[in-house]
Amino acid sequence: MKESTLAPEPVVQEIHTCYHCGEPCRDEILPHDSHEFCCEGCKLVYDVLKENDLCQYYAFDDAKGNSPESTYYQGKFDYLDLPDVQPKLLEFTDGRQSRINWLVPKMHCSSCIWLLEKLDHLHPGVSGSVVNFPEKKVRVSFYPDKIKLSELAELLTKIGYEPYISLNDVEGKAGNKWNRTRLYKMGIAGFSFANIMMLSLPEYFHLGQTSEDQNLRVLFSALNVVLALPVFFYSASDFFVSAWKALRGRYLNIDAPISLALWSVFLTSLYQILSETGPGYLDSLTGSIFFLLIGRYFQDRTYASISFDRDYKSYFPVAVAVLKEGVETRLPITDLRPGDHMIVRNRELIPADAVLVSPQAMIDYSFVSGEAEPVERRKGDTIYAGGRQSGTAVEMEVLRRVSQSYLTQLWNNDAFTRKKEDENQTLAARFNRYFSSIVLVIATLTFTYWMYTEESFALAFTSFTAVLIVACPCALTLSATFTNGNMLSLFGKYRFYLKNAFAIERLAKIDTVVFDKTGTITLASEAEVTFEGEPLSADEQVMIKTLAAQSSHPLSRLLVQCLPEVTLSRRVLSDFEEIEGAGTRALWGRYQVQLGSARWVGIDTFDGDSHNASRVYVSVDGLVRGFFSIRSKYRPELAQSVVSLREDGYNLYLLSGDKPTDQSYLSTLFGSTSRLFFRQHPDEKLAFIQKMQKDGKRVLMVGDGLNDAGALRQSEVGLAVSDDVNNFSPACDAIIEGERLADLPRYIRMARAGQRVIKLSFALSLVYNIIGLTFAVTGNLTPVLAAILMPVSSIIIVLFTTGATNLAARKCMKK
Amino acid sequence: MSALFILIGFSLLAALGFLIAFVWSVRVGQYDDDYTPSVRILFDDTTPDSKAAPKA
Repeated sequence: MKESTLAPEPVVQEIHTCYHCGEPCRDEILPHDSHEFCCEGCKLVYDVLKENDLCQYYAFDDAKGNSPESTYYQGKFDYLDLPDVQPKLLEFTDGRQSRINWLVPKMHCSSCIWLLEKLDHLHPGVSGSVVNFPEKKVRVSFYPDKIKLSELAELLTKIGYEPYISLNDVEGKAGNKWNRTRLYKMGIAGFSFANIMMLSLPEYFHLGQTSEDQNLRVLFSALNVVLALPVFFYSASDFFVSAWKALRGRYLNIDAPISLALWSVFLTSLYQILSETGPGYLDSLTGSIFFLLIGRYFQDRTYASISFDRDYKSYFPVAVAVLKEGVETRLPITDLRPGDHMIVRNRELIPADAVLVSPQAMIDYSFVSGEAEPVERRKGDTIYAGGRQSGTAVEMEVLRRVSQSYLTQLWNNDAFTRKKEDENQTLAARFNRYFSSIVLVIATLTFTYWMYTEESFALAFTSFTAVLIVACPCALTLSATFTNGNMLSLFGKYRFYLKNAFAIERLAKIDTVVFDKTGTITLASEAEVTFEGEPLSADEQVMIKTLAAQSSHPLSRLLVQCLPEVTLSRRVLSDFEEIEGAGTRALWGRYQVQLGSARWVGIDTFDGDSHNASRVYVSVDGLVRGFFSIRSKYRPELAQSVVSLREDGYNLYLLSGDKPTDQSYLSTLFGSTSRLFFRQHPDEKLAFIQKMQKDGKRVLMVGDGLNDAGALRQSEVGLAVSDDVNNFSPACDAIIEGERLADLPRYIRMARAGQRVIKLSFALSLVYNIIGLTFAVTGNLTPVLAAILMPVSSIIIVLFTTGATNLAARKCMKK
Repeated sequence: MSALFILIGFSLLAALGFLIAFVWSVRVGQYDDDYTPSVRILFDDTTPDSKAAPKA
């Protein structure tokens, strides 16, 4: 093709990159103000920034601007000014000044922070803005009388940072303040722990034998009790609450033995101090609580910007355009009633089941069913919620309310109410159950032995509590929490994001892997396009690309993408005509160019292969030149990942909502055609997982869209594949970046290694416990010994688990 | 040894001061975002004149 280029310039292609977004200019190059831009959007953002003296933005090394959403249209945010929507979104308002905290998923670098905090330079109505980058949120203070909320949203959209506003924002506000409470608890525990240790120092060295020192000793003990009280009743309260809840539910969780140990140490210490028989073990007590809290904090620290709990509400818009007596207004979708006429624009989600009023619509159900190609619907057809219109705006009459629509019904399935996190099944919990009973037996035996041989109640009681103190299940709990906490951050480092620690354990145990097809193992935005027929001349390629660029049909868009080196022509196509479902044609000078189905270009051939690929025929001046065969492109990592999983002995299945394509290729990958299932509805996918589980399989479901939501929820581990983790993925246990799919077998191996580390660490703490127990059983556990053993054991465990998990991760991830 | 009574009191007060400082810092949100401030501090405060914005 290059040879036929007639341009006088050298054949070496110069790479033009957009000054604003940094992407190579694919479709066209717009020279403007001595810079080059890839699209009108980028150029507009540049103009806005230049007008406001904010070009410093481009001086940042990592500056890579966003081009504004092409789906934006005038009035998109009008609903934000509705009186019953706005108060639910605002964080604060006193009538004069308001504040809003918006999620901006497109925020990605330091120049984004810089620009978003300069909003007050862009509009006088904004008084200030602060970015929280890990959460990808910007908090904007503004004067509602100078700038309306809708105008603020438009301003952000105009510079490429469209705020993401969904039904979830309006329906439920989760004021997440647990993080602060945890920090208070940790701070207080640490404070008391250090001070109690200092005040206990004289006890460790048997100081204070004179009568004057006696007063000091009383003072120190009293201070210790005062310092320990907030730790015991505030910092440790979570353990007691959780243990009590479990006991009332008639089961033992991991917090029950911890609570028992804490209570016995606390009461023994109080008894010893009040009866002046000893100094108690308050230093060990507060120390254990401090370490336990750190462990839990470490384990529960997750990714602020990634949400694992999205349901349909996160995808649904807040409001929709509704026709009332011929006038278009905006209505919150919760107020949408049967009979309302709504207007759905290009790429907008249909929020409720409806009947089409406009003559014709192309509905893209990829979001719900995984079907890659949009389907045509005609006037009077029922359209289910969750589809997206592609093309011009259409009018529909609402059939059912949003909450009763077909799509939202899926969330009524039992799978969504069942809690997956069963903390009783964790390794630590099961181990703890045996451990606690054995410790109780040893303690009782010690007690009876001393009562029987020495007939001293005091000695027997001291030994009894000493056993409970040394054998506190804290070390065991620390093993699990620190290992899992470190595993989570290691997984994050290798760009595999897990919801919580329980997901690691479940991942380590899976034996079956089920893949979804569209979007999961195929690339959503790319396709393999090959031209079959006589080679096209450069001129013809320009013609085809220009014509295809006029159409909004997905196949046309793919065609445009597959001809990146062809520059769009500025020549005007005349008599442009597009018939949905058939094709498009236009006049190019004297030639008539046609793109579309076989029938559109006037041939009747149909040869077998069309199951595997879509075809776009090209005809120039009535002469058919050939066709573009467009097939979905599989992720290049897929084969490697699947082969490696099969070698590791996992059962593999494919569940696709799409029609059966590429059966031969997929069956060689997956083993046999009996492992491939096509045309699966969302509820059938869920049922399939349930069936596997009934057969005793533990399933990892790999999916991407809402159509997999049920299966992701039902499976032991639901893994969502996303090309941008900050984008939106359905409720799941883990998120993986598409390009890391090849590493899936390694991630599973790593999770298994993590479980082994926990077991080894259990063994280690058992050794330590046996040493401590020998002191305790023989009645020799002095406070100083306890005060040394406790932190030493905790530190050893933390060091061991951190080191071992890092080592294991490096070994597993090595290529 | 009676000096100890006073010294212990002072040492506890000092420690309590730090605890209060910690609680205050959590309350005003210093721990809510531990990344953005590290980026923000490197931004120049000066507004450059509109011509001087060459790409680095």
